[in-house]
Amino acid sequence: MDDLLAEFLTETNESLAELDLALVKLERTPDDKGTLSLIFRMVHTIKGTCGFLGLPRLEHVAHAGENVLGRVRDGELTVTTGVITLVLSALDRIKEIVAALGATGVEPPGDDEPLIAALNRVAAGEPAPEPAAEAQHGEEPDQPRPPAAAAPPAPIRETATEGSVASEAPPAEGQAALQTIRVSVEVLEELMTLVGELVLTRNQLLQISRAQGNTAFSPPLERLSHITSDLQDGVMKTRMQPIGNAWNKLPRLVRDLAKETGKKIELEMRGQDTELDRQILELMRDPLTHMVRNSADHGLEMPDVRRAAGKSETGRIMLNARHEGGHILIEVEDDGRGLDVTRIRAKVLAQGLATESELAAMTESQIHSFIFRAGFSTAAVVTSISGRGVGMDVVRSNIERIGGAIELTSTLGKGSCFTIKIPLTLAIVSALIVKACGERFAIPQISVRELVRVGEASSTGGLSIDYIGPTAVLRLRDRLLPLVSLGALLRMEGADDGGRVPAAATVIVTAVGSGLLGIVVEEVFDTEEIVVKPVAPILRHVTMFSGNTILGDGSVIMILDPNGVARSAGVSASRETRDAPAALAAIGARSDEQMSLLLFRAGGEANLRAVPLSLVARLEDIPRDRIERSSAGSVTQYRGKLMPLVGVDGDGQWAADPPPTQPILVFVEGARTMGLMVDAIVDVVQDKLRIELGSSSPGLLGTAVIAGQAADVLDTAFWLNRAWHDWLDTTPETEAKPRGLLLVEDSNFFRQLLVPSLAAAGYEVTSAGSAEEALSLRDAGRMFEVIVSDIEMPGMDGLDFARKVRDSGPWRDLPMIALSGRTSGADVERGRSAGFSDYVAKSAGADLLASLRQCLSEQALPL
Amino acid sequence: MDEIPTSGPAGAMCTYVTLMLADQLCGVPVLAVRDVLADQVIARIPLAPREVAGNLNLRGRIVTAIDLRQRLRLPRRAEGASAMSIVTEQGSELYALLVDQVSEVVSLPAAGLERNPPTLPALWAEHSVGIYRLDERLLVVLDVDRLLKLDQAQAA
Repeated sequence: MDDLLAEFLTETNESLAELDLALVKLERTPDDKGTLSLIFRMVHTIKGTCGFLGLPRLEHVAHAGENVLGRVRDGELTVTTGVITLVLSALDRIKEIVAALGATGVEPPGDDEPLIAALNRVAAGEPAPEPAAEAQHGEEPDQPRPPAAAAPPAPIRETATEGSVASEAPPAEGQAALQTIRVSVEVLEELMTLVGELVLTRNQLLQISRAQGNTAFSPPLERLSHITSDLQDGVMKTRMQPIGNAWNKLPRLVRDLAKETGKKIELEMRGQDTELDRQILELMRDPLTHMVRNSADHGLEMPDVRRAAGKSETGRIMLNARHEGGHILIEVEDDGRGLDVTRIRAKVLAQGLATESELAAMTESQIHSFIFRAGFSTAAVVTSISGRGVGMDVVRSNIERIGGAIELTSTLGKGSCFTIKIPLTLAIVSALIVKACGERFAIPQISVRELVRVGEASSTGGLSIDYIGPTAVLRLRDRLLPLVSLGALLRMEGADDGGRVPAAATVIVTAVGSGLLGIVVEEVFDTEEIVVKPVAPILRHVTMFSGNTILGDGSVIMILDPNGVARSAGVSASRETRDAPAALAAIGARSDEQMSLLLFRAGGEANLRAVPLSLVARLEDIPRDRIERSSAGSVTQYRGKLMPLVGVDGDGQWAADPPPTQPILVFVEGARTMGLMVDAIVDVVQDKLRIELGSSSPGLLGTAVIAGQAADVLDTAFWLNRAWHDWLDTTPETEAKPRGLLLVEDSNFFRQLLVPSLAAAGYEVTSAGSAEEALSLRDAGRMFEVIVSDIEMPGMDGLDFARKVRDSGPWRDLPMIALSGRTSGADVERGRSAGFSDYVAKSAGADLLASLRQCLSEQALPL
Repeated sequence: MDEIPTSGPAGAMCTYVTLMLADQLCGVPVLAVRDVLADQVIARIPLAPREVAGNLNLRGRIVTAIDLRQRLRLPRRAEGASAMSIVTEQGSELYALLVDQVSEVVSLPAAGLERNPPTLPALWAEHSVGIYRLDERLLVVLDVDRLLKLDQAQAA
């Protein structure tokens, strides 16, 4: 028999057994909405499934039954014994047909018209036939015979018992014995627990045996050990299934839907091999079917509509599954018409789910989420496929039952994308067991790139850790790797509050998003296959853990989620390393604080050049032959984009005998990347950056004594602008008159850094080293169009300065932008209440320019 | 179904597991108790709310241990003093409630349960269903569901 059909029969039999019970219960408690919903969904599912299996008789009966139930659910029909009897007789008919299907594989011939007509009459509002009229059926709902019963009662009844453990093959003789049996997940769960205990006991025994040396027990114990391992593997395997198993019905479903609706639909499936827990798989099967059906029926348009909209005639539905950060993500995406917010809004109003004013305050995505409400459907017509509003609420409740979440993004005219995130419960992962502050943790191996042993440079000869202010970074080959100390991040006893790394430690280089993060731990043990168990609900808010597990020795340990660790450490997963807090701290630092400085030589000159390490995104060695000359200068292909290259002396004049590779300092600002060609990288040193001699040559801030040697300090903003202006050949937006800008900033270094880039953006910059100095400019009658001020300054700080400016005087209406290393919500709020118009992080040069543009254009608007 | 009623009409008996918590006799309905454990190895959980003592392994299942002294803001247990725990299940999760001592199982008439006196400290009142006057002392019946409802905001 067809696998699909066999599965359908098994499922339907289970549903039917439950339906009987539920209907009888409903008869007793007609107001029980839960039971009613349950019944409605089950009938809906039966109908939906048999629709695409090509079982017209079943489908028609189920559809008529569902109509009646739908009216009941909407409160338009009251539950009477008559109604229930009629629905029960429809169920009996379904059972009959199902039983015949099981025996022969085809629907038996038969006439359902009288039954369907009776159902439709009730659905249309006519009173149901009183049970008295059909006493022989109504009185005994356990053994009803349908009005037009020609066949004997289905033999299926005996086997259709509890849904938990049941091998549901109808005992028909023509059917081959099934190769699989259905086992309840509870049984598997119990097996798993038992196996876990067995493993623990085995481990204890082995430990004792090892202490005793070779005894007569050793050989059988070895054997026991092997069997235990095999058993463990076997039991675990029973729980895992590729998600493709839940998808294999979909191509046919889509094909049939396409035929029925006259649409052209292409179904693309990716990540079928993603394994997930059987229990989850079972629960995801129906929601996924519903969603695909919805996409095909509502999401995608007819070919002519699509053509008119400039899309290809064939609509696309894409399913994509993948593991991500301890979860499984499943996306169901279509390129159809998208959700129509206006229609949802109208429907919400019509159903009284929200008031007009409530709706007005909602975001588009909040309005979208109404489609997850029970009984909500925007489909204009209820078709036999979908549109009854049963789909999405089932989807959501099923997903939430397994602790998952569903999100929806939709663009009108472009399509919709549902993203389902489900936890990786009970999935097995290989994990690294590490120790921090005396406690052990597991880190999923999948996100571990490499392990690096670090120590004091002198003692171990290993790599050493650099500190930028209080934050640690590791120079790992050509990268700057931000480091977090696990103990400090978890606020554990014994961790150094300052984030200093212990003398001898191991850095676990983990991939977070598209970047890397080094997690510093004291010790690394080994890898172990662990069974991920979800953390208790009261601990869900600690996002740093993806679960917990029991180790072989019986101890319970937490499983770290590297993405959660990165978030907690403030490292945005998608950014490059230079955006780590380390870099922010360095930029925010006073110029007289210690910072890491990169020393290099360039332009064939003997004197050293220096640049703060935190401003350098990466160091690269690019093969000489990959550097190309274009009319705008030198470029190279870097990470899939063209990156302009500049040399410190002019435009990359190469020495007579160039080495085969070119060392490059990569600077990144926003979307712009620039490579500075240097001769050699000399060293990274810790020193104060105190610029002692100003510089007359562009591109240099001046000369400083660094590590006992004089070095020219590079003005990175100059080079960045230069590279891009040369490359894009764009002149800055020329304005009739440069706009006057006052920069209040106490740090000499930072002033030097900002002035050129602001000037390059077309501002006429006047800088003041303190708030007092700035106020004296005001008193002297100087006028500007905008003020940019630091917050943390000695003497009068930026907040007081803003209050003073706002208080009185000619500057009181000027836009003011705060510039600060601290940009938490509270800081921003304090800034705003002091009178700043905007608040920008010190490190974000591009943000400052954007903010300036915005402030000035707002200013220009007539009030 | 031979269910033992934990509360019911007058005349019915309720059965409680009694326990000591900072010298106060308390009780939890016997049906809520899955296990009683002696002192256990508890693995601490960093960043967890302070009521959460840690995790323990109960025959292959991970049980979250809640220190009832912390939960009810009672003074800490003396250093080195052993604790016992009562394992209870909520939403298919197991929790171990750490108490000083688990004493015995008592059956008391349901009608004897009195409302909390209004002067009961708020934290106690919030987490108890009522009290029994026993011969020598009072027995506070704890509300297990409430005890397990940790306020996330307060925890963070």
